[in-house]
Amino acid sequence: MAKTVSANGFDLDDSGQRVVVDPICRIEGHLRIEVNLDEANTIRNAVSTGNMWRGLEVILKGRDPRDAWAFTERICGVCTGVHALVSCRAVEDALGIPIPANANSIRNLMMLAQYTQDHLVHFYHLHALDWVDVTSALQANPRQTSALMQSISNWPKSSPGYFSDVQNKLKRFVESGQLGPFANAYWGSPAYKLPPEANLMAVAHYLEALDFQKEIVKIHTIFGGRNPHPNWLVGGMPCSINVNDTGAVGAVNMVWLNQVSDIINQAIAFVDQVYIPDLKAIAAIYKGWGYGAGLAGKNMLAYGEFPAYANDFSNDSLMLPGGAIINGDLSTVYDVDVRNPEEIQEFVTHSWYDYPGNSDGGLHPWDGVTEPRFELGPNAKGTRTNIEALDEGAKYSWLKAPRWRGNAMEVGPLSRFVIAYARGREDVKELVDSTLRDLDLPLTALFSTLGRTAARGLECTWSAHKMREVFDSMMANIKAGDTATANMEKWEPETWSVDTKGVGIGEAPRGALGHWIHIKDTKLENYQAIVPTTWNASPRDPAGNIGAYEAALLGTPLANAEQPLEILRTIHSFDPCLACASHVMSPDGQELAVVKLR
Amino acid sequence: MADTNLSSIPPGHFEDRQWHTLVLGIGNVLWADEGFGVRTVETLHERYCFPEDVCVMDGGTQGIFLLPWVRSTQSLLIFDAIDFGLAPGELRLIRDDAVPRFMGAKKVSMHQAGFQEVLASAALSGDYPERLALIGVQPDTLNDYGGSLRPAVKARIPEALALALDVLREWGVEIRERESSPGAADATGPVAMNIHDYEAGRPEHGH
Repeated sequence: MAKTVSANGFDLDDSGQRVVVDPICRIEGHLRIEVNLDEANTIRNAVSTGNMWRGLEVILKGRDPRDAWAFTERICGVCTGVHALVSCRAVEDALGIPIPANANSIRNLMMLAQYTQDHLVHFYHLHALDWVDVTSALQANPRQTSALMQSISNWPKSSPGYFSDVQNKLKRFVESGQLGPFANAYWGSPAYKLPPEANLMAVAHYLEALDFQKEIVKIHTIFGGRNPHPNWLVGGMPCSINVNDTGAVGAVNMVWLNQVSDIINQAIAFVDQVYIPDLKAIAAIYKGWGYGAGLAGKNMLAYGEFPAYANDFSNDSLMLPGGAIINGDLSTVYDVDVRNPEEIQEFVTHSWYDYPGNSDGGLHPWDGVTEPRFELGPNAKGTRTNIEALDEGAKYSWLKAPRWRGNAMEVGPLSRFVIAYARGREDVKELVDSTLRDLDLPLTALFSTLGRTAARGLECTWSAHKMREVFDSMMANIKAGDTATANMEKWEPETWSVDTKGVGIGEAPRGALGHWIHIKDTKLENYQAIVPTTWNASPRDPAGNIGAYEAALLGTPLANAEQPLEILRTIHSFDPCLACASHVMSPDGQELAVVKLR
Repeated sequence: MADTNLSSIPPGHFEDRQWHTLVLGIGNVLWADEGFGVRTVETLHERYCFPEDVCVMDGGTQGIFLLPWVRSTQSLLIFDAIDFGLAPGELRLIRDDAVPRFMGAKKVSMHQAGFQEVLASAALSGDYPERLALIGVQPDTLNDYGGSLRPAVKARIPEALALALDVLREWGVEIRERESSPGAADATGPVAMNIHDYEAGRPEHGH
């Protein structure tokens, strides 16, 4: 085929050298990227493929809808809480169960804590190493590192002695020969641009962020009663509140609430004095690397999250609004109706599934079907169990292709912030505009790999500050005498409709998440989910639209094709998570081949 | 059966504390024998109780999010499904430096890459457990979404527990048999996910 243009307007050329990066994730899940390079090592075609999605109906059909959250939180190693929350929302929607104000606040706090933690972990422990050369930090001058740190932040850990200690710790670790989290990186690549001092500063904060994780998860334990898998409840939250020191043993009391308040203060301090200054310092040096836009700024989708008022998912209530932007027109934000069968649909023409009648049509999740059909296209290279190169003209991914009104969409923190910005939200506008001003960049600079990474950081500070606001308003409500955390009026199945459908939507840290359910005779009849990475890592669709990862890689030059660091940068900027099917198996039970070019 | 757990939340493990021992089951209960680690700690917790400074935890597939716990324990005992190349159900006890090597050798699941990284990050931050033990089982079947442990693996849980109790005794952990089963609020996981309800409620194949 050589040169073509995708339906969504991207030039493709698959004639050059094919490079395969597999696996691409540093955490759970499996994702493989294949690209074609031209003579100048610039990406001219990109193919994204992910692991198998079995459909939740396989594990949930016939089960009690009130238990579904506990199953859905096991489908992914990193999105546990958000699956549980969205599952509860789907069941509450289907059964018409309003939740109390405190339950809404606690859910918001749990999710805001999740955002803060996830974004921090993503930046320091999963993505920073795409920008920070750890081995270069060994060459840094601790005194100059201290001067650099003090020029950008008031954070107390900034003395020359502190950075010298960190450097010695790193040295011992590297000399021990077990690089651990720093293995499998492309150290020394010419694509790394930070001076050694900035690298050492980032390594120090990598370690501090590991410590901070310990604090932030306590919020989940306090309200969820258990960690790392907190409890959730259809109808509210499964914790009682007692601020008078009498009443139920084990209730959330003032001591614990004060601890939550302290942790919120620590989170704000760490994000504002460490994460954000680091982000700006790194962005200032890499700002000339403007690649990775793809669908960013063109087609972006968010369902919205954090209802200020319990049970109200309208944009008047949502602290981060929902909506869709199409064809780069930021002056119009479309409302998204997740119930409309014409809006959200999934296609399988390029996915290893079959629809009834071998159809190229799309199915709304309420009508979703998950029937595997694994076959390689005529132009694929290798064998079924040892794929050397995929044929993207045929079926090539275990992910379905979700579309909004036929459009491939990008989801995630950048989409949420662009939609909030386009809807005129002042808090988001202020964060975005001041950051761009500091870096002397135009708004369009957001539509890039760095923009995605920056939006995640800004959303992290937004979340930390929002926790304070939500906590204070919850405390005011509790002090006014409302301690209800759950609505059990419709707990018993005899109070339910015989046949009902529901949808739960929300925003996982990595993007829009929806669960669509059908309850019949008090049992789950169907259960479908579309997870954020299915949107972003989507394969092509029958109309010829390429997905967000595929589009974002086009036009990116690689400094060295043997060390495709730039591919990792862009893909990691989406915070990929394909753990929702945790195993990498072909239908006959064989592990799929791993082809590495490293 | 759905449960509400209302008003019965245990004190929780959120205080800053140093554990004497962390007993951690890892893996994914939704993928047949991948659930070995989680099911074994579930059974351990049902039958035995330990002093307050011992934490028995269902770690699922949480990877790096388990780091805070791994960093705050003196001794770490892990249950997991490991591909040793043995007959299904065979158990192996691995200790100390060999543990991270085995977890990364031939991966049964991506969660092990994650856990190997947890151990390395613990080492980097200078909070590595003094004693490590891994009780691994050779899985029979993994590729069965929504399935439970296969008989060859399930039958080995008592033996895995006996191995664990020996290790714990050696580490100076006081072990008591429970007189009655712990309540729902004190279980290692939600009621709906316990092995009995999980197996009984499985949808029919091919639905």
